[in-house]
Amino acid sequence: MALLEVRDLTKTYPATRRGARATHVLDGVTFDVNRGEFFTIVGPSGAGKTTLLRCISGLLRPTEGSVTLDGRLVDGPPRELAPVFQDYSRSLYPWLTVAKNVALPLTSAGIAKAEVDDRVQHALASVGLKGEDAKYPWQLSGGMQQRVAIARALAYRAEVLILDEPFASVDAQTRADLEDLLLKVKHESGATFLFVTHDVDEAVYLSDRVAVVSKSPSRIEKLVDVHLPAERNQLTTKALPEFGELRAEIFATIRHLVVAKPTAQGPEYVI
Amino acid sequence: MNRWKPWVLSALGAVLALVAWWIASDQAGSIYFPPLQDVLEGVWTYWVVGDGGRHLASSMVNLFAGLAIGVVGGFVLGLLIGQSRLVRTALTPSLEFVRAIPATALIPFAMVVFGLGSEMKIFIIALGTLFPILLNVIDGARELSQEARDTASSFGIRGWQKQWRVVIPSVLPRAAAGIRIALPLSLVLVVTSEMTGSNTGIGYVLITAQNSFNQTSVWGAIVLLGVLGVILNSLFGLVEHRLLAWDKGLHRQGDH
Amino acid sequence: MTITVQRAEKLMRSRRAAQLWLPLATIVALLALWELAVRGGLFPERYAPPPTVILGQLLGMLLEAGVWQAVADTLTGWGISLLISVVAGTVLGTILGRFASASAFFRPIVEFLRPIPSIAMIPLAVLMIGSGKPTEVFLATYAGLWQMLVAAVAAVGAVDPVGLQTARSFGLSRADQVKYVMLPSMLPRLVTGVRIASSTVLIFCITAELLIGVPGLGAGLGAARGVGDMPRMYAYVVIIGVLGYALSALFKLLETRLLFWHESVRGAHR
Repeated sequence: MALLEVRDLTKTYPATRRGARATHVLDGVTFDVNRGEFFTIVGPSGAGKTTLLRCISGLLRPTEGSVTLDGRLVDGPPRELAPVFQDYSRSLYPWLTVAKNVALPLTSAGIAKAEVDDRVQHALASVGLKGEDAKYPWQLSGGMQQRVAIARALAYRAEVLILDEPFASVDAQTRADLEDLLLKVKHESGATFLFVTHDVDEAVYLSDRVAVVSKSPSRIEKLVDVHLPAERNQLTTKALPEFGELRAEIFATIRHLVVAKPTAQGPEYVI
Repeated sequence: MNRWKPWVLSALGAVLALVAWWIASDQAGSIYFPPLQDVLEGVWTYWVVGDGGRHLASSMVNLFAGLAIGVVGGFVLGLLIGQSRLVRTALTPSLEFVRAIPATALIPFAMVVFGLGSEMKIFIIALGTLFPILLNVIDGARELSQEARDTASSFGIRGWQKQWRVVIPSVLPRAAAGIRIALPLSLVLVVTSEMTGSNTGIGYVLITAQNSFNQTSVWGAIVLLGVLGVILNSLFGLVEHRLLAWDKGLHRQGDH
Repeated sequence: MTITVQRAEKLMRSRRAAQLWLPLATIVALLALWELAVRGGLFPERYAPPPTVILGQLLGMLLEAGVWQAVADTLTGWGISLLISVVAGTVLGTILGRFASASAFFRPIVEFLRPIPSIAMIPLAVLMIGSGKPTEVFLATYAGLWQMLVAAVAAVGAVDPVGLQTARSFGLSRADQVKYVMLPSMLPRLVTGVRIASSTVLIFCITAELLIGVPGLGAGLGAARGVGDMPRMYAYVVIIGVLGYALSALFKLLETRLLFWHESVRGAHR
């Protein structure tokens, strides 16, 4: 049995203003994520990726369909999940220090102080932020702030980390570093990763499997197995012919989706 | 909430409040709390069709004259002070100090200088409404982003052009915020200035009603002021909406 | 290299010195101008006495117990009114900001009551409550309450949904969500609300004292005007200004202390 089972997820927002039409965001999304897997959802901007993640994390009730985590139906934020949002400046609390940001979910869960301190130090060390614990998030660079957000999810010992375009607002070099950090952390923790991005290279580089979603109303258009060596490297992995093939395959699917479904304003080439 | 619910609830709230007031005041039988029916009739016969029109007009003319002077003065002075670091540093503490003096405390001074007529009232209203706008515009001109200034100077936009195209539009939202504070203040000041030694205006009618123990008339004036406040706020809301449409669009944050 | 650093430091020092001396010099210059205008006959002395006369009067008044009593009276009215305004305004504003239905239901009532100048209620309040401190507190609270209510509604709106989603995802209890996420995010607007309410409340306390004669600085001002003692009247105006300035400076200091993490303040701590 898969760890996370998403079945026929459909989400429709009712019209809120006069003359507005109901928006159909998700249209029967179905997929499984296996334990210990790095699963990535990739799709053009405007696909309901964020809505999908919010349904999976139990923050939003789907109109139809279900999400099951470890055999239990998700109807509120489950203990086993931890999010890493794109906008670290909003998901990290500026009034708390780095250490307190990481510790907050733990102290709130009633874990003893010694254990909390231990977990916080450990998590910060594993994302390369040893000694930065007394600083405030806004005193750190964007990439370092996102490391804090990852450390918070790690210290929480979540089984599944949900990452919503986490590296979309950092520069290219930092992004590559963070991608490798994520692979290292996954290797060490053995956690399951559900990752969302619109960057095809990033999707292929990180994942065991990639799901391509269409523009809203979104559905899974294609599932791609990434048979690349487990040991990934920014230079050698990306130079492999298989990498290029996978990249081309996913690109073609997205292109096709975008061209084949012109919107009211005409075709939009978002990629 | 669907699109009708807020309207229905607002209407319900207004109607229920009026009904509650109507019944409570009708049953109270207290001279301090006259029946709403009498109060509303009084408002109609005195303020709308009767002698009160003269006082209402006088109050409104003074209010708008004072407000206009306060807004224009605050805006122009704010632009002058806000754009020069030197002038700003030199004057800000003095301005903050003068601002800390309630305009109503200067009514005695205004009475000595201007007498008891409209000039005194207009002076007090203008003085009181000037500061919120002035200090907001100074802040706005100071915060004018370096990029906006650099862009202007690299395209050779300077002098009046720069003021008109770059500086004024970017301080308008702050000026609007200042006017939002100044509006209710102007209503307070018009009434207060008419309550001391004047013989026209809503404040004068209030004092006369107090002296003749006419509680219905006092309540009528209060209701009238509430209605005036709502009208002033909505009028300004309309103007602001038109003028600052770009600002609202700029700062709206989408959250899917 | 070191020369540049030294020069920069020197410039910084002279800037900081200018920050202090320039405003002081301006004040002295303005006062001197006023003094000369009155002494030279440009500005009639019956409008306003020269600053040296006001200052002399002020220094003399600082020895009068009655003046300090008036300051204490006004501060008492201010304190009670501000406390009630802040507590009630925050609670009501949070409820209205949190629940869209409550907000829709009460909106017309609030919009009608908010702009009514409480000064207009003086005739009623004097008859029903009397002409003492309670009336002053009622009038000032009525004015301050709406300021705080509006600030609290805005504060609830300023709570970032992403921050709240994060808290919910990490399983924070309701109480912890309020304590660690809601309240800190509301704090900036609330503190600004308190500062604005404070100055409004002070204005209304002084005005009520002036118009009804409730003991306090406003009453002192009114009494001085009544006997035509201009220097004394202006000395009261100066005391009122100093008090308002001090309170506002105090709240600004509190703001920078409490909100060291907020983007409007944190530049200095980076």
